[in-house]
Amino acid sequence: MSLIDSVSLPRSFRLPHVDGLVQWIVPLAIIAIWQVASITGLVPTRVLPAPSDVGLAGWKLLLSGELVRNIWVSFWRASTGFLIGGSIGFAFGLANGLSQLSARLTDTTLQMVRNVPHLALIPLVILWFGIDESAKLFLVALGVFFPIYLNTLHGIRTVDPQLIEMGRIYGMSDGELFRRVIFPGALPSIFVGIRFALGIMWLTLIVAETIAASSGLGYMAMQAREFMLIDVVVLSILIYALLGKLADSASRVLERLTLSWHPAFQKR
Amino acid sequence: MQTALRTSLPETERTSRANFAPTARVVREERPAQTSGLPLSIRALRKSYGDNEVLRGIDLHIPAGQFVAIVGKSGCGKSTLLRLIAGLEEIDAGGVSFGDAVKPEDIRVMFQEPRLLPWARVLSNVEVGLGRDRVSSDAHSRAEKALTEVGLADKREQWPSLLSGGQKQRVALARALVSRPRVLAFDEPLGALDALTRISMQRLLERVWRDQGFTAILVTHDVSEAVALADRVLVIEDGRIAHDVAVNAARPRKRGSAELASLEGSILSHLLSADDRT
Repeated sequence: MSLIDSVSLPRSFRLPHVDGLVQWIVPLAIIAIWQVASITGLVPTRVLPAPSDVGLAGWKLLLSGELVRNIWVSFWRASTGFLIGGSIGFAFGLANGLSQLSARLTDTTLQMVRNVPHLALIPLVILWFGIDESAKLFLVALGVFFPIYLNTLHGIRTVDPQLIEMGRIYGMSDGELFRRVIFPGALPSIFVGIRFALGIMWLTLIVAETIAASSGLGYMAMQAREFMLIDVVVLSILIYALLGKLADSASRVLERLTLSWHPAFQKR
Repeated sequence: MQTALRTSLPETERTSRANFAPTARVVREERPAQTSGLPLSIRALRKSYGDNEVLRGIDLHIPAGQFVAIVGKSGCGKSTLLRLIAGLEEIDAGGVSFGDAVKPEDIRVMFQEPRLLPWARVLSNVEVGLGRDRVSSDAHSRAEKALTEVGLADKREQWPSLLSGGQKQRVALARALVSRPRVLAFDEPLGALDALTRISMQRLLERVWRDQGFTAILVTHDVSEAVALADRVLVIEDGRIAHDVAVNAARPRKRGSAELASLEGSILSHLLSADDRT
């Protein structure tokens, strides 16, 4: 490490390169240990198949087109539900953060609904929508609504009042004040909400697909369980991990692009 | 040494003298015409918060272009007076009038905190100061000119979080100056700076005031700062003007001169004797 540090390359050039590799060391090491343990018989393949078997199962499913179709279905459900729930949550967050009247009217109700675990609604949702697409979208949208609502609201309420006073003194209109002061000030908090919501999005979708679905990754895993295809079950779990990581990375990239002014994003 | 050099030059060489200022450089051909300061009349001004009467009848006339410092102990109402002048608070009774019809851009305030938008680069922060002219085509060049006046033209694309405290305050000054205000109110703008930065900021304030000719109202805790900068020092006690002291020392003033020191001493003793009485 000290050798790398002493090389006088510019930080911006060196860091992303090394960082990109460093974060994968631990997952790759785990897979290597797992493979060795399977080959030596330390872990019986009935309990946990070797990574190579999982890879092989993935390859077969990929060739049959089943894997891509299921990933695509799950991805579509996740992103559509996220967009619907996220935009409604964002809209309520804005309205209640900017207007006292709106907050008084709706905040109490939303706080009550928030305390109901949304997965508890699954029986009701199945009765309402069957195992249709709308059932999954409804659950995902409900799940992502609250973190985005709460963090948008919090972000707007905690914008520095001195900056708002400054904006008013310098003659900003309400629209300009929102665009130049309130929204950028709330953005770091909104991103916290988005990252929470991404986690909840996958959780909700997996549970919903496992219980009530006829396609998607969760369905694929449940089908595989019926036929004792443990390699496919493990494969599904690994794909969830990868998709979760992908969503998190995407939000990080967005964060870095929009929050480059923030001291926390400048020294990296 | 700097001061000695500056005092030896004749009064007419104001612009070239500005080039000696330690932190700021002025491009002479971009020098705008002098903006005319506004005179200011305050009649029987009162303000209270709940039961607490902060200002108990202030009568004051400030001629156009004068540099007035307001000193007093914490809670004496000096900041409230400034906020009323700047129109940041509602007036309870009495009135503040400027000799002329004023636009919002004519009166600017600079606070103790720089209040820069952390998510806007230095230049856009200065553009905020243009008020309704923000959208005009020359907004950029005007903001750049103001940044040059405070000596920070090279920081135009910087994020505010990367600037030092003194630099942030200079950006805030550029933002206040960019609309060519006719009254500039300072609410302890140097209160949070270290001693050396304070002195260079004081010189900068004095220079831009002399260049642009606005009426300056400075609220400060620091009596030596008040006598170094102002034409006139007002001492506020219990919501009234207790003393009105003219400072006639020639400019540019030499810091620590006997004349200023004795003036500072007498104002301080006013402030402290009020303390002894209570």
